[in-house]
Amino acid sequence: MEEKYLQYTPQDFKSDQEVRWCPGCGDHAILSAVQKGLPEVSKALKYNLERYVFVSGIGCSSRFPYYVDTYGFHGIHGRASAIATGVKVANPTLSVWQITGDGDALAIGGNHFIHAVRRNIDTNILLFNNQIYGLTKGQYSPTSPLGKITKTSPFGTVEHPFRPGELVIGAQGKFFARSLDIDVKLTSELMVEAAKHDGTSVVEILQNCVIFNDGAYDYITDREHREDRVIVLRHGEKMVFGKNRDKGLVLSGLSLKVVTIGQGGFTMDDILVHDAYNSNPGVHMMLANMEFPDYPVALGVIRNVKDSTYDDNVRDQVLEVMKDAKIKSVDDLLNSGETWEV
Amino acid sequence: MDKQKSVQELDEVVVRFSGDSGDGMQLTGTLFADASALFGNGVNTFPDYPSEIRAPQGTVGGVSGFQVHLGNQKVNTPGDFCDVLVAMNPAALKANAKWVKKGGMIIADADQFNEKGFQRAGYKTLDAVTELNLQDFKLIYAPITTLTKESLKDSGLDNKSIVRSKNMFALGMVYYIFDRPLNFTEKYYEVKFKKKPEIIEANKKVLRDGHIYAGNIHAIPNTYVIKPSTTRTKGKYRSINGNTATAWGLIAAAEKANLPLFCGSYPITPATDVLIELAKRKDLGVKTLQAEDEIAGICTAIGAAYAGNFAVTSTSGPGLSLKSEALGLAVMTELPLVVVNVQRGGPSTGLPTKTEQSDLMQALYGRNGEAPMVVIAASTPSNCFDYAFWAGKIAMEHMTPVLLLTDGFIANGSEPWRIPSMKDYPAINPPIVPEGTENFMPYARDEKRLARGWAFPGKKGIAHRVGGLEKDFIKGSVSHDSMNHQRMVDIREAKVQRVKEFIPEQEVLGDKEGDLLVVGWGGTHGHLLTAVQEMRAAGKRVSLCHFNYIYPLPKNTREIFSRYKKIVVCELNLGQFANYLRMNLQEFNYLQFNKVQGLPFTVVELVDRFNQILEGK
Repeated sequence: MEEKYLQYTPQDFKSDQEVRWCPGCGDHAILSAVQKGLPEVSKALKYNLERYVFVSGIGCSSRFPYYVDTYGFHGIHGRASAIATGVKVANPTLSVWQITGDGDALAIGGNHFIHAVRRNIDTNILLFNNQIYGLTKGQYSPTSPLGKITKTSPFGTVEHPFRPGELVIGAQGKFFARSLDIDVKLTSELMVEAAKHDGTSVVEILQNCVIFNDGAYDYITDREHREDRVIVLRHGEKMVFGKNRDKGLVLSGLSLKVVTIGQGGFTMDDILVHDAYNSNPGVHMMLANMEFPDYPVALGVIRNVKDSTYDDNVRDQVLEVMKDAKIKSVDDLLNSGETWEV
Repeated sequence: MDKQKSVQELDEVVVRFSGDSGDGMQLTGTLFADASALFGNGVNTFPDYPSEIRAPQGTVGGVSGFQVHLGNQKVNTPGDFCDVLVAMNPAALKANAKWVKKGGMIIADADQFNEKGFQRAGYKTLDAVTELNLQDFKLIYAPITTLTKESLKDSGLDNKSIVRSKNMFALGMVYYIFDRPLNFTEKYYEVKFKKKPEIIEANKKVLRDGHIYAGNIHAIPNTYVIKPSTTRTKGKYRSINGNTATAWGLIAAAEKANLPLFCGSYPITPATDVLIELAKRKDLGVKTLQAEDEIAGICTAIGAAYAGNFAVTSTSGPGLSLKSEALGLAVMTELPLVVVNVQRGGPSTGLPTKTEQSDLMQALYGRNGEAPMVVIAASTPSNCFDYAFWAGKIAMEHMTPVLLLTDGFIANGSEPWRIPSMKDYPAINPPIVPEGTENFMPYARDEKRLARGWAFPGKKGIAHRVGGLEKDFIKGSVSHDSMNHQRMVDIREAKVQRVKEFIPEQEVLGDKEGDLLVVGWGGTHGHLLTAVQEMRAAGKRVSLCHFNYIYPLPKNTREIFSRYKKIVVCELNLGQFANYLRMNLQEFNYLQFNKVQGLPFTVVELVDRFNQILEGK
């Protein structure tokens, strides 16, 4: 086998297509993170370039496959999870990446998305969440906050949004991580983690739509406040955050609570240690649901639990049945069961 | 057996079993059909059942029927009317009396013909004979339930299981009347209930007791013999229904292409059995994915096709509606895909368990944009195998989605089938792009078929992108160029039309010219054939032109049509194929014969209509 996987650079994953997102769109940073992440994934898992397939639905984010020089499938609205599932079951050796947005994955494609997660098919889903419909020019999405004023909600939305992490864990998801579009390094790092995880890996990337929802995440992305308002979780490490690394999360009754270390009697020993591998979804759910201003927004790998995957189960079952099968060809099949001679 | 009774020889006979949907009539009919096929008769069956699993007991709406046509030659339909009706309750009699030939025999379970039974079935009186006008029929009231209980009183089975066996008592009676051997059915019990010896014994006993009872009563004056067919081609036979044949034909295509078979599908009546059959075939490496919905069914299949499997999806009318958008994606990405649509009564949820041919226009045109795809229709239960195979061959070699139409009638109907050998089927050679092909262009085409190459992910040097946006003529990258779009629309149409060069010419049964050409397509074949044969036997100059290849039409179609004085297009819809022919072959005048009752044609009504046409009416 050619050991190309050791030598890739981001340049190898750039296609000749002109990138046509709006200037300033968060998608540019994510594309860059993916092109930087793929050489890392290749090294970590010994994947040559031809093993990658990028599958998408419809929306701004879904143009993504054209810009990555791998195999790619730009599908129809909402159906990327189903197409990606078919690709993976057809050829489980492929590394399948689904690129999708909050409308594509959680509105029109909600059904396929939750069932892909439930089946634990071994694909990696990068969910670009900008809380707005960009390509159709500014209508609210299933992640737009209640009351959000958009073109189709001139007096504010009257519906509650999905929280993607909650949805994924609720659908028995085994891997959920979160990043920011501007944090190229973290996104690349999470890609490697997602690729290493066998099963559906969902990485939500909070992404700024510069035209129709500009500044939606300023409260956590601007330099001044960022470190106080986000917490980057790492398995086995204390849940600490803040500019001065003096804030942390503790369990208070059945809820998480933000405390300042050294105040109110809390010491570093009281701070929770992140256990991403715990199969119990309780704390993971609470971490995924943390919202500003009561909590910092959790980034990093929130949940990473081992379980059998759909594609492995399909393959194993086929091999198991084939092993002792009496029917080995169509001729055998046609002549099986009740037959008679004339 | 009573030696006094005479034995009468018949050429053919039709038996209809009917009862509550929980009475096991489908199994009873199937066993009778299989025993007769094994005996060497020509056999054709027609199940007729409600869409409710257990409709209210004893009501007309809950009646389930199974008709079996036997002959000493091949029989091509399940028969219009039956010679013998088995009615397990008053509702079954009420629902089916109209299907019994004048003077025919009716075997009814007397135990169910009580006040409660009559009331549930909505009778106005307690006298079925007068109310249903059955004076001219041979009605045999047999206390089937009581006799079954008596037969099994020492079996140790609980009352519910005992009563459930009454269908086998009725079957035993029918076996006596038609002098069928019991051993085939006994063997079936032994296999089916391998782990429950008490059930095997109980069923055998009830079957035999029904047989003995029929021989003892004097109500059955004679028995009948239908001799085995002498004209059948020698060989090994099996019984097959359309859905199983479809599933097996798809597996055969995968084997010939040497590619794994992937089926993404969602259960829907009457197509579910295609998925069920495929799910059983893990031994042949078949991968089935029961998707979360119809859309996911086809989209997983498209993904699998992209990744290099022979991909299929199966559905019925409403499901095809849901798949429309993805069909367009398959057209645009020019990937091989077979979509099986087992037609049922529509629109909307319509008549889930009844047959119809009303999805033709949807199959041909039910997509946004100019989205041509190959449309093929199977026409008998057993040739579903062949057309599923050809659908696969065309899809893979021409890089196009293919829509295979069957219908509830042939999907559930069964007939004896001479088992083919796979060596008699052609190879399937898809245009798979070799690894490392230099300057690979995803939308470059071969001149013969205009098919693009099939480049599987995982292969070096041919990474490429496809999708639903319009493609550049060669490179396959996104193009919004107006002239490129025109070229692509034209070539997608030309590619499908090119299939004409690879399908057989249309055949005609009967004279090459004549007074009337009967035109049909799909599952009406058996009825049209039988009607045309009857007309011809009566000296009429009538021929049959029955289509399996719909889009594109075989290239000699026009030439065939030009040789007949009149053309009548017969179909189970309001005239969809007739209108399609008017669009494509405008110079002919098409008469129509249409029926939309959720039922197949009857031979009688066809012959009447053809005679009227010949008489200029």
